[in-house]
Amino acid sequence: MSIRERLSGNEAVAIAMKQINPDVVAAFPITPSTEIPQYFSTFVSNGTVDTEFVAVESEHSAMTACIGAEAAGGRAMTATSANGLSLMWEMIYIASSLRLPIVMSLVNRAVSGPLNIHNDHSDAMGVRDAGWIMLFSESNQEAYDNMLMAHKIAEHKDVLLPLMVCQDGFITSHSIENIELVEDEKVKAFVGEYKPEHYLLNKKEPIAVGPLDLQAYLFEHKFQQAEAMRKAKQVILDVAKEFEELTGRKYSFFEEYKLDDAEVAIVCMNSTAGTTKAVVDSLRAQGVKAGLLKVRVFRPFPTEEIANALSHLKAVAVLDKADSLNAAGGALFEDVTSAMYVSGKQVPMVNYVYGIGGRDTKTDDIEGVYKDLLEIVKSGKIDNPYRYFGLREE
Amino acid sequence: MTDINSKTPASKLTIGGNIYNAGNARDFKTGDWRSAKPVFIEEKCKQCGLCFPVCPDDSIPVNKDQKREDFNYDFCKGCGVCAKVCPFGAIEMKSN
Amino acid sequence: MAYNLKQIMAEKPARFTAGHRMCAGCAAPIVGRTVLRALKNEDHAVISCATGCMEVSTFIYPYSSWTDSFIHTAFECAAANLAGAEAAYKAMKRTGKLPNDEHTKFIAFGGDGGTYDIGLQSLSGAMERGHDMVYVCYDNGAYMNTGIQRSSATPRFADTTTSPAGSKIPGKMQSRKDLAQVMAGHHLPYVAQTAPLGNFKDLYEKSEKAIYTEGACFLNVLAPCPRGWGYATEDLMQIIKLAVETCYWPLYEIENGKYTINYKPKNKLPIEEFLKPQKRFKHMFKPGNEWMIEEFQKEVDARWNELLVLEEATNKGE
Repeated sequence: MSIRERLSGNEAVAIAMKQINPDVVAAFPITPSTEIPQYFSTFVSNGTVDTEFVAVESEHSAMTACIGAEAAGGRAMTATSANGLSLMWEMIYIASSLRLPIVMSLVNRAVSGPLNIHNDHSDAMGVRDAGWIMLFSESNQEAYDNMLMAHKIAEHKDVLLPLMVCQDGFITSHSIENIELVEDEKVKAFVGEYKPEHYLLNKKEPIAVGPLDLQAYLFEHKFQQAEAMRKAKQVILDVAKEFEELTGRKYSFFEEYKLDDAEVAIVCMNSTAGTTKAVVDSLRAQGVKAGLLKVRVFRPFPTEEIANALSHLKAVAVLDKADSLNAAGGALFEDVTSAMYVSGKQVPMVNYVYGIGGRDTKTDDIEGVYKDLLEIVKSGKIDNPYRYFGLREE
Repeated sequence: MTDINSKTPASKLTIGGNIYNAGNARDFKTGDWRSAKPVFIEEKCKQCGLCFPVCPDDSIPVNKDQKREDFNYDFCKGCGVCAKVCPFGAIEMKSN
Repeated sequence: MAYNLKQIMAEKPARFTAGHRMCAGCAAPIVGRTVLRALKNEDHAVISCATGCMEVSTFIYPYSSWTDSFIHTAFECAAANLAGAEAAYKAMKRTGKLPNDEHTKFIAFGGDGGTYDIGLQSLSGAMERGHDMVYVCYDNGAYMNTGIQRSSATPRFADTTTSPAGSKIPGKMQSRKDLAQVMAGHHLPYVAQTAPLGNFKDLYEKSEKAIYTEGACFLNVLAPCPRGWGYATEDLMQIIKLAVETCYWPLYEIENGKYTINYKPKNKLPIEEFLKPQKRFKHMFKPGNEWMIEEFQKEVDARWNELLVLEEATNKGE
């Protein structure tokens, strides 16, 4: 029997971490993820976990200590947001290049500057090419579930890549929602023990990690990382299937909400999907064939699968909660549009940058997007594909 | 492991550039860096030990009887530090 | 057990092997090898190394010069890397994932760039948290790996590629940071300053103490660089001796707050003796620049006197 609870997103993640009982957690406080190491250090102080909690002096050291711990043969976890992730940036790349399946909870927040503590996805988008598996979560339940699936994906022998579970700062991290928890023993059995093949603490086989990797080798090592990311796709599906058997909750690369027969659709990530579902329902009641594709797995990017899922639509809007500042469009938009192009699917597409720095995303805003899409379907024209909503303009 | 070289295909390289046979740098000889060569003159050596630890390239073998042996020229880079610390003139630097 | 160099050399294998690609005559491998020889043969070590000369010449894929486990990630974080490994060790021992009868020691190496400067925060954090580890700084007084740029360990007036001795500014204008004192301020169980010298007793014994003292320990080790300092390569041991005999590099240790100066020269040599053989101080010997030598001497004297005072003060009442 699963346990019914009411938890904030941060609490849900902290409880998942408690159930996983990793060897090392190294973290530094930063809003809005601070509560995670707070809750977790309470578990440590009360002896509910066997973990060594390393209260590092910076996020750079948090990721570095996780690398040291994971390479040593332990399971290492951390949590951060925004500038914390920016400070880790150097080590984020090193973690994935050393093929260390570290798991991080990223509570998404706007990266400075100017300073802003509220939600957008500029932190995650800054590391989208760093070789980490990136899962996004609409709700507290999804943040929890993604954490439970994380190690099985990251530690799989075909993968061996670090993984981050994203959720929206404050919107889900600090909102209390109903949640179904899996029993401790079942989590333990599902996640399993970490048994690395090679690790620093193995006296019988000392190893060396992190060489100077010159012209004759770095290219091949990068190719190995790329291969691992490609292989991660199947592993993610396999783990989701096992998780469904355990909990009845179904996961894939993305969720299709009333997309089958839709004519217009939105593609987005994290909590905005919840708002969009409400709008889809109300538009459906008015006879509009609206749908949603909520991306869960952003890295590896499910190119073909997304292209297939969107191919029947008459117009699509991709919502980016981070502006790429490139005069071309947001990161998700570029990925989705190139997926469509490469797969030979021709659907009119527009991009909306929204919600920057915690700007509210209202149902009216989302409705406005669907209206724009209907207009595009009618006129067949897209004047400017790079758009904004929720922004004050002249 | 040391059969890894610049012709090895990606699938055969260790992941992340890890090395699983620690200390295998011994397979990489640095003796050809040398432009001057230390020559051990055994009869002058008093086995005082001063040269034992100063070699950056671990090229002065010390045996079980706690005595030094001749240089390991596979690695000696010819820096001359050992010759300089020898109080007995038992190491002479010669042009390579 | 009384120190016996020959026995140590005969019975303890080199854990830092030949086949590395440090320059001929470099002091860093000598330091590294001696520190690791202080390990008990039966103990395993996890070694963490900051990016720098030592790292990029000892672990060039696919060759490693380290017979123990070794990790390198970046320039500024050898201490945090090791802290993570040590934390995993504690947790895994606690949960029975590692054999009870095996011991692993944790040793970090960084040059002065990776320790005094870019790595200072990570070092300070790891030391304050008290991980059971030793951090060894091999101090060659500049960023040698990137081509002799000044660091905060570079002595005053030294000519480096980012503090060149020019016609208006005669080399580095700032004094050297005293890192051993910064570490002393962390109130660690053991902090020492040492150098490979003579029969290496000082370096070996301090390494042994640091490795086998529980908690976070720090060693600052002088490691001259023939290229960066501009002395004749073969003069390595002579240069180190001059650094110690002039009191430029005092050998001392701080055990739980108590200072011991391990060597007090009977005739403290004038600082010129140390400066003169080095090209980086050549401009100090030009006519009209005598004031630079005087200033340098004053600073050496002041620091030496401060150390004498600290030794006296911390040994009172015994």
